[in-house]
Amino acid sequence: MLLTPEEWGIVRLSLKVTIVAVALATPVAFALAYLLARARFPGKVLVDALVHLPLVLPPVVTGWLLLIGFGVKGPIGGLLHDWFGLTLIFRWTGAALASAIMALPLMVRAMRLSIEAVDRRLEGAARTLGAPPWRVFWTITVPLALPGILAGAVLGFARSIGEFGATITFVSNIPGETETLPIAIYAALQVPGSEGVVTRLAIISVVLSLGALVTSEILSRRADAGRGQHVL
Amino acid sequence: MSFDVDVRRRMGPDAEVAVRFSSGPGLTALFGPSGVGKTSVLAMVAGLLKPDTGHVRVGRETLFGERVDVPADRRAAGYVFQDARLFPHYRVRGNLLYGARRSGGQGMGPAEVADFLGIAHLLDRWPRTLSGGEAQRVAIGRALLSGPRFLLMDEPLASLDAARRQEIMGLIERVRDELGLPILYVSHDRGEVERLASTVVEMG
Repeated sequence: MLLTPEEWGIVRLSLKVTIVAVALATPVAFALAYLLARARFPGKVLVDALVHLPLVLPPVVTGWLLLIGFGVKGPIGGLLHDWFGLTLIFRWTGAALASAIMALPLMVRAMRLSIEAVDRRLEGAARTLGAPPWRVFWTITVPLALPGILAGAVLGFARSIGEFGATITFVSNIPGETETLPIAIYAALQVPGSEGVVTRLAIISVVLSLGALVTSEILSRRADAGRGQHVL
Repeated sequence: MSFDVDVRRRMGPDAEVAVRFSSGPGLTALFGPSGVGKTSVLAMVAGLLKPDTGHVRVGRETLFGERVDVPADRRAAGYVFQDARLFPHYRVRGNLLYGARRSGGQGMGPAEVADFLGIAHLLDRWPRTLSGGEAQRVAIGRALLSGPRFLLMDEPLASLDAARRQEIMGLIERVRDELGLPILYVSHDRGEVERLASTVVEMG
């Protein structure tokens, strides 16, 4: 399929934003999933609800909260700006942050289920064989939860690449900086006679999302070689 | 003296596991009907379950007692679980070697153990492809290779047919006699206990 250089730029930007978003969200999602699956602490219900909030909140509200928190004068955005010279608002990095936050609930859910499915008796067996807790974590818990961790990351990728509401609210639509696929499609829809652009970008979206889901399945099958449990 | 155990633990609103015994060398059998907490006692000796009160001593070492609670990974217990509990993401070889790093050259090496248990031909197999008897022999091998100071065996014959039981029982006798490790052995089968045990602790 032939894309114009601008359209390739949109695809590249979308991939960059999404990959950074998933790279950012994966360790956070895993830590939260592990905490929610294993730890008992006061306020756990609240943490659980907060993690899931972006799933049910109108995306425009999430975007607005990001504006307040991460704007140049916001409590977190101000610190990032003053200490690291890092500006998120109206930048592709802000788009990545918005995508990461929107993808987080789905990622945490998938990872949490896979951590809860790890047979804790195997961890006990590993302890009796002389493995300290950190070794049990890296040699038993993480490998056994790996299909779910990968599936969660790829699910996050699929969710991220379609992220629209929070992103356009937080970082607006700046061609070449924050104009990701869904935002470009939306913008093109406002211009009469741009059906060709819309169609091409929509096909790219479908291909990327479908590719992510298929990849997730292949990855979990491979991680699974010789064992026989499936995530998707 | 091999095992000196006096533990008590509340398991629920009206369930409690309590046992007290001390035994000499050889194999000590915890004998009693299902559900009296024999497995819980093994877990307390292994450090996987914490007693409410009491003490656990093996040989001259206190593993649990007042202000002492040695973590499970430093008790050097060779624990053979009833369900083998092999790691599904390691091949037989990986399972056997998982605990081998702490044994530090004492006792049998991997090749000897594999020969001793007749599992040398299984090294490249995944646990899910093993029969019950094969899995149980690998589990015994994994425990032996972890450099244990004592063995805990939880009904290692329960999931096996009669022929396999004879075979594994013979292996356990060899482990008991040739390696000289104290063994704490859980069973609800009187025949097994009479054949293997030098001390019998009745529970329930």
